[in-house]
Amino acid sequence: MANQATEEQILYANILNKGMLIGLLGLVVTFIIYGAGILEPKIPLDQVQNYWVMPVSEYLQLSGIHAGWAWLGNLGYGDMLNFLPIAFLSILTVICYLAILPGLMRKKDTAYVVLVIVEVVVLLVAASGFLGSGGH
Amino acid sequence: MLEKYLRFSKFILLLVVSMILLVGVANVFAAHPQTPAPDPSQHAWWYWPLILLILSFALGVFAVLAGVGGGVLYVPIVSGFLPFHLDFVRGAGLIVALAGALAAGPGLLKKGMADLRLAIPMALIASTCAIVGAMIGLALPTNIVQTLLGATILGIVVIMIKAKKSEYPEVPKPDALSQSLRIMGVYHEPTLNKDVSWQIHRTPIGLGLFVVIGVMAGMFGLGAGWANVPVLNLLLGAPIKISVATSKFLLSITDTSAAWIYLNNGAVLPLMVVPSVVGIMLGSFIGVKVLAVTKPAIIRILVIGVLGVAGLKALLKGLGIG
Repeated sequence: MANQATEEQILYANILNKGMLIGLLGLVVTFIIYGAGILEPKIPLDQVQNYWVMPVSEYLQLSGIHAGWAWLGNLGYGDMLNFLPIAFLSILTVICYLAILPGLMRKKDTAYVVLVIVEVVVLLVAASGFLGSGGH
Repeated sequence: MLEKYLRFSKFILLLVVSMILLVGVANVFAAHPQTPAPDPSQHAWWYWPLILLILSFALGVFAVLAGVGGGVLYVPIVSGFLPFHLDFVRGAGLIVALAGALAAGPGLLKKGMADLRLAIPMALIASTCAIVGAMIGLALPTNIVQTLLGATILGIVVIMIKAKKSEYPEVPKPDALSQSLRIMGVYHEPTLNKDVSWQIHRTPIGLGLFVVIGVMAGMFGLGAGWANVPVLNLLLGAPIKISVATSKFLLSITDTSAAWIYLNNGAVLPLMVVPSVVGIMLGSFIGVKVLAVTKPAIIRILVIGVLGVAGLKALLKGLGIG
């Protein structure tokens, strides 16, 4: 019976599996902290429904919330804490790509080494916030 | 046997009625205030997240049964029938599609069904273009995005009705690019009890189409399985199982780049995202169990119908008619 899963594929899968479980668990735990009011949110829970009906630019302007990575400096707030697992899940692919890079280099798989490095750069640029923030 | 069939027919009917009721009730209660001034008719903070949780659960069940990604159902239905602004729905839709793809990825990779060598070049094109799509989507006026979303969803409905699939497409000769990248493989097909070798052709055209797929995924916050699978299977010639699995895994990369753009632009609200992700994942889990004992063809027709209505509503809303 053939199983074409390569060494890199298995490594990628293992990291993805652990990371995904940590991320999803984090999502639930931080949401409980938020919903239960253990940490006070930046925007009171009963006011969020006044904002989610409007375009994001208007929401940012009226709520005084700063876009980009500003949440990282506000992790003491229940709602901002939720961005931690969301960001973790969104960076997981970069971690997996970096993990398979040494194996590809060892095999002198130059084309895929280049593809993987370029992908990591693309994802890091997207994550950096350099491409603009603030909506419409 | 008949009793079993009737029991499941009742179960499906109950699910359908619940889904319709949910959407109907949500639509009746949907308010669209344009200012943050407290609305006297506003609900307790947990009301809409609970509706989202239940609706996403139903969408998760139906997505599995109909063989589509959750994101493609989530964005048009939630933006069409619930009071959330399209910006936040697209942000949540991307995280929902991303979480689903991340959850499915490890199993598909380990079984050798999702192929890393096939995914990596396609993902690079799609994820780069998804960034462009997300930036365009957030820069355009809402009515234009809503109109384009409606048109896209109706296009997806046509693809779902018309697109054929090929279990083992014939690829007489792999193209030079796929040969140089060594995109090929072997997997064990249990239904035939034999190993199936595969290779691909028309790689440059496929990569070109992933430009369009990436832009659309980023612009509308949709998972792009509806487009990935036909390209991988019918155009490139990968077997259907490899195409479906690689497409699902691909979304974990494509949606990552677009999700960052929405996240960095403030279009991700945890109060919407978490109930949606949890709901759709629980729904998918139940959907897999129900799949074994139900008739997916009927569900698929139902989902195509619901998607058609949601697409039409998005189109009319965008044009200021609905």
